[in-house]
Amino acid sequence: MFTIFGVPSAALFGQLLLGLINGSFYAILSLGLAVIFGLLNIINFTHGAQYMMGAFVAWMSLTYLGIGYWWALLLAPIVVGAFGVLLERVLIRRLYDLDHLYGLLLTFGLALIIQGLFRNQYGVSGLPYGIPRELTGGQNLGFMFLPNYRGWVIVASLIVCLFTWFVIETTKLGAYLRAATENPTLVQAFGVNVPLLITLTYGFGVGLAALAGVLAAPIYSVNPNMGADLIIVVFAVVVIGGMGSILGSVITGFGLGLVEGLTKVFYPEASATVIFVIMVLVLLVKPAGLFGRTA
Amino acid sequence: MKRWGYGVAAVLALAAGAAQAQVAVKLGVLNDPSGVYSDIGGRGSVVAAEMAVEDFKAASKGIKAEVVSADHQNKPDIGAAIARRWYDQDGVDVILDVPTSSVALAVNQVTREKNKIFLNSGAATSDLTGAQCSPNTIHWVYDTVQLANVTGGAMVRQGGDSWFFLTADYAFGHALERDTTAVIQKNGGKVIGSVKTPFPSNDFSSFILQAQASKANVIGLANAGGDTVNSIKQASEFGVTQGGQKLAGLLMFINDVKALGLKTAQGLVFSETFYWDDNDDTRAWSKRFLERAGRMPNMTNAGVYSSVLHYLKAVEAEKSKDAGKVLARMKATPTDDPLFGKGSIRPDGRKMHDALLLEVKKPEDSKGEWDLAKVLARVPGDQAFRPLSESPCPLVNKS
Repeated sequence: MFTIFGVPSAALFGQLLLGLINGSFYAILSLGLAVIFGLLNIINFTHGAQYMMGAFVAWMSLTYLGIGYWWALLLAPIVVGAFGVLLERVLIRRLYDLDHLYGLLLTFGLALIIQGLFRNQYGVSGLPYGIPRELTGGQNLGFMFLPNYRGWVIVASLIVCLFTWFVIETTKLGAYLRAATENPTLVQAFGVNVPLLITLTYGFGVGLAALAGVLAAPIYSVNPNMGADLIIVVFAVVVIGGMGSILGSVITGFGLGLVEGLTKVFYPEASATVIFVIMVLVLLVKPAGLFGRTA
Repeated sequence: MKRWGYGVAAVLALAAGAAQAQVAVKLGVLNDPSGVYSDIGGRGSVVAAEMAVEDFKAASKGIKAEVVSADHQNKPDIGAAIARRWYDQDGVDVILDVPTSSVALAVNQVTREKNKIFLNSGAATSDLTGAQCSPNTIHWVYDTVQLANVTGGAMVRQGGDSWFFLTADYAFGHALERDTTAVIQKNGGKVIGSVKTPFPSNDFSSFILQAQASKANVIGLANAGGDTVNSIKQASEFGVTQGGQKLAGLLMFINDVKALGLKTAQGLVFSETFYWDDNDDTRAWSKRFLERAGRMPNMTNAGVYSSVLHYLKAVEAEKSKDAGKVLARMKATPTDDPLFGKGSIRPDGRKMHDALLLEVKKPEDSKGEWDLAKVLARVPGDQAFRPLSESPCPLVNKS
């Protein structure tokens, strides 16, 4: 076996794989943010809270209703997505004509309120949520022990990202969406219900956050602050990828997961900051982000 | 009219007399009411302080006690600023709780400078009674040396002689790793590696993989709160125990056990100095606490209650809130309360009492929502805490 900078290659492969798995969460979350920003021009700071709500819906449906993980994967995005639709209709809609900052302030405030309400009710220690029976155990890959559940997270995340990209870039619905962002008045003139389209897009983006929440529930602590910790990193991912770029957010999500994984091997103390260092470097060289178009 | 005037004057004179006999003290609970450590101290510690004031019947003993609270956000600079403001402007006499070791060390400095009283329940670092000890600070509940001695010692005696640490990268994690390493080496074990994890972290899988690769037979978790929950949850996912390695949760609160669920946490051993289901007294008090706070108390909450009781006793005896007199009285008087039993306070500021070695119950053995652990052993204070002879505290060396 060979070594790289004193680290055995086997250990390195393991770390890279884990980085990819963490990248899956970054990818799904930043994808949702990118879709919302790209089509609505809203910087959705509630995303972390909505991710947390996804995990909580999974926990609640198991605890109060006896509904297991697999149905929660479907149920949580619908419930939380519907909540997102309500938010868009009642509050966010009013800010489309104003500066980005207002949307940011509104969604940030909403995130604090939602997190506060959950904290009051459930405390911060977290709630137990187990790995579904079908995915317990793991595979010995020779260089590492890969839990089945983590394997499933990568697969699920890739499917979701590809599906979203496919819908937005190649279908008629996606074409309407993209056209509606470019020139809403014109698209409306063609008889397309643009406000409805935008509402549903927001609901979809929020649903993605909730899905990531359900995926995270069995492996991370389910607590009201779980999204607040993650959302800042995810925002950095979106900025590095280029605000609003769907492909950019997915690739950067996985890529930064890898970089973070490597940092955890060579200099673990810096693993919480490495993404922000990269963000600064990218912004210096390409202010619009790696995949962004300059306005 | 004249008669009425005399009446008023008489009432005023009486009121003034009563006010002179009364000592007014202000107790400040300084902790994290909404962040990662809010279930460890948080509102529960405020409730505990209020319960102590009520149970002591302070008002009938000539003490007017008021409890105030603030949020230090787990940041040393914010904690120190609040402590300064409380002491200088708001008339706070005692600061209570203060989890998060880095903040506790900052408040320790400020309290000494202002010559007030700091009764710490929430923080772990043994430096509070070690190199940075202060005549104004009493470390009430637990510390890293005791956690290392009780949990670490038990693990080494069970054959866990090679260790790998996952250490939260700040004052507390470093102190816990240092003190546990000393215990391991004293008992003939060795530490073969450690990794400093950013605080707080969500994902520990990478660090767990490094710990697995080390082939150490114990993985020591020198972290707390959400970090502990996440690392245990993920260690179970990565088959750490099936691989023949043991986990040592060096600082766990019953809230963490509840968050993990008994299925994941069963069999883990950990150390506390208070467990609600320990005896009739602790059960009775904890039931009352549960009704007011909505959850069972942990050792931090219990410590706030116990320390306030002892403080009020000293104020009553001295009929004064002068920090020097009250501290001297507190240290000279043996402690005795329903939660920690009999104990004492040492010159280095260490409050001495028994420590418990607990084991998380199997799901089938648990009889209720909060029936989480059983007591494996009771370790006397002089064996659990650092002996005075080994103390690096200058207050001890001089005397």
